[in-house]
Amino acid sequence: MNLDRRRSLQPSDRLARALGWLGIGLGLYQLLAPRSVTRSLGVEGAEAIVRTCGARGLATGMGALSVNPKQALWARSVGDVMDLAALLALLADRDHPKRGSVKLALAGVGACAAASLYCAQAQTRRHAYQGGRTPDYRGRSGFPRGLEHARGAAATRSGLPSRPMALPSPAHSPGPRFQTTPSRQRDTSGYTKGSDYDY
Amino acid sequence: MKALCWHGKNDIRYETVPDPRIEDARDAIVNVSSCAICGSDLHLFHHFIPAMESGDVVGHEFMGEVMEVGAETRDLKVGDRVVVPFTITCGECEQCRRGNFSLCERSNRNKALADKVFGHAGAGLFGYSHLTGGYAGGQAEYVRVPFADQTHVKVPDGLTDEQVLFLGDIFPTGWQAAVQCDIEPSDTVAIWGAGPVGQFCVRSAVLLGAEQVVVIDNVPERLAMAEAGGAIAINFDEESVLARLQELTRGKGPEKCIDAVGLESHVPRSLDSVYDRFKQAMMLESDRAHVLREMIYVCRPGGILSIPGVYGGLIDKVPMGPLMNKALTVRTGQTHVKRWTDELLGLIEEGQIDPSFVVTHSAGLEQGPDMYNTFRDKQDGCVKVVLKP
Ligand SMILES: NC(=O)c1ccc[n+]([C@@H]2O[C@H](COP(=O)([O-])OP(=O)(O)OC[C@H]3O[C@@H](n4cnc5c(N)ncnc54)[C@H](O)[C@@H]3O)[C@@H](O)[C@H]2O)c1
Ligand SMILES: [Zn+2]
Ligand SMILES: [Zn+2]
Repeated sequence: MNLDRRRSLQPSDRLARALGWLGIGLGLYQLLAPRSVTRSLGVEGAEAIVRTCGARGLATGMGALSVNPKQALWARSVGDVMDLAALLALLADRDHPKRGSVKLALAGVGACAAASLYCAQAQTRRHAYQGGRTPDYRGRSGFPRGLEHARGAAATRSGLPSRPMALPSPAHSPGPRFQTTPSRQRDTSGYTKGSDYDY
Repeated sequence: MKALCWHGKNDIRYETVPDPRIEDARDAIVNVSSCAICGSDLHLFHHFIPAMESGDVVGHEFMGEVMEVGAETRDLKVGDRVVVPFTITCGECEQCRRGNFSLCERSNRNKALADKVFGHAGAGLFGYSHLTGGYAGGQAEYVRVPFADQTHVKVPDGLTDEQVLFLGDIFPTGWQAAVQCDIEPSDTVAIWGAGPVGQFCVRSAVLLGAEQVVVIDNVPERLAMAEAGGAIAINFDEESVLARLQELTRGKGPEKCIDAVGLESHVPRSLDSVYDRFKQAMMLESDRAHVLREMIYVCRPGGILSIPGVYGGLIDKVPMGPLMNKALTVRTGQTHVKRWTDELLGLIEEGQIDPSFVVTHSAGLEQGPDMYNTFRDKQDGCVKVVLKP
């Protein structure tokens, strides 16, 4: 595959997205209008199965849109293969009333299955976690004078201006201070209740 | 000019965008010589940070030469070599004067929006969504630096880019995380995450004199790098984090715990991770909290939890009971970069530390989008990527 390094999204990433949206669309259709599916395939009465397929398509479709779509694509491919088997079983019945539309569905699902399998493989390679060559970093201490010299080397450096400010506690940091003189009790017109002035 | 632009989840592109211009007297334009990809950029890449817009220039760890200055940049001059802190600081507001630079009250130009989300907003940041000011980022040829008279660290010519670049973000981040731990010589400091930030937490805890520094991750080469820096490694794929920490602390737990992982934490085989992923997918929770839960559980009573790892929104199932009853202190925040850089530059110049140890990948800016994937998936032993525009 010829990688275009100027984009983080490669063709297989875009294919994964397309498959994701297709899965969500078809899944919703199967969930919401199962009857029109069963009628066109001549399998009236199998609405529950169609709905299940729809839910499956919706789930794997959402997965295919996630940051790492690899697993969802493999799951989707398995689902497509199951659908193919079911459609082939229908086709085996020579007297099936809707052989034409079953063949059409077979072609459609077949194309999706092929795309999904290809994409799952490509994404598995792409998201190979910790893939590739791993060099040895045991020499990278980051301490030019050696580890033992570094231990505690900065602990004793005192008098540095940043240290007293280390903690977010205002009492220890430099900068302006709120007036906490008794005048506060007398004149409260300038203060908002619940603000720093309000103890 | 050329820059890396965000276009949606997993979608970063190398594109041509308009050159930045001086817009204010305190602005400067920096000609970027090196920039890096940060773990925080991965949260953008995965679209966990809200208020990003298509075409936004990303990147917040960068350095270069000052090319142009406005009328009021004081001692910052054309030709100066600078590292730019990722937190934009005015230097004059109440928070800046206290050294809380990441809480600058003036640098976030979308403060009204951010105040609505956070109650009170923090500073403006480069290339990190419109909640933090919507400033164009540093993975680009040129960057406009607002409040440039304050928002810069001058660096000497004798040091290489790789030695000083991380002063802008991950080195002070690791340092602040360790300083916030109030390290004492008898302390065990446990650090979750051996990514670039975790690596600097390890180095900082060692320099600050902790007795034991322990690091937890599951990426072997990152653990090896942390060991080289003086840490004891725990691979959470191979052993129980809880049991090992107990063993290392004679059953008492580490005094100090650092979360250098953030909102995308993951442990493949734990139930709560699955729970978090599910809730995140259903948009019922925005961040994953496994590390926080583990830290609260193992930390020694009276101990400190220091959290440099970035969180964006809501988490669920935080063991508040243990946190309260164990009297734990929580310290967190974006890094007050400028507060630490003088001291850290001093350490580098003295040869106490050489931050370039963390760089494993270097590439041209045009390969940046692909490097996001390499860094994310930890391929080819990737720990830190430096890009050259
Ligand atoms: N506070 C700040 O100002 C600031 C600055 C820079 C980065 N950060 C944040 O620090 C965090 C780390 O940054 P990074 O550049 O090192 O990123 P990174 O993604 O390279 O590193 C994260 C590491 O955590 C490990 N990890 C994941 N789940 C874990 C778990 N359950 N237990 C232990 N380790 C686990 C990963 O394997 C990885 O090595 C990010 O959240 C980033 O946004 C914060
Ligand atoms: Zn960062
Ligand atoms: Zn300020």
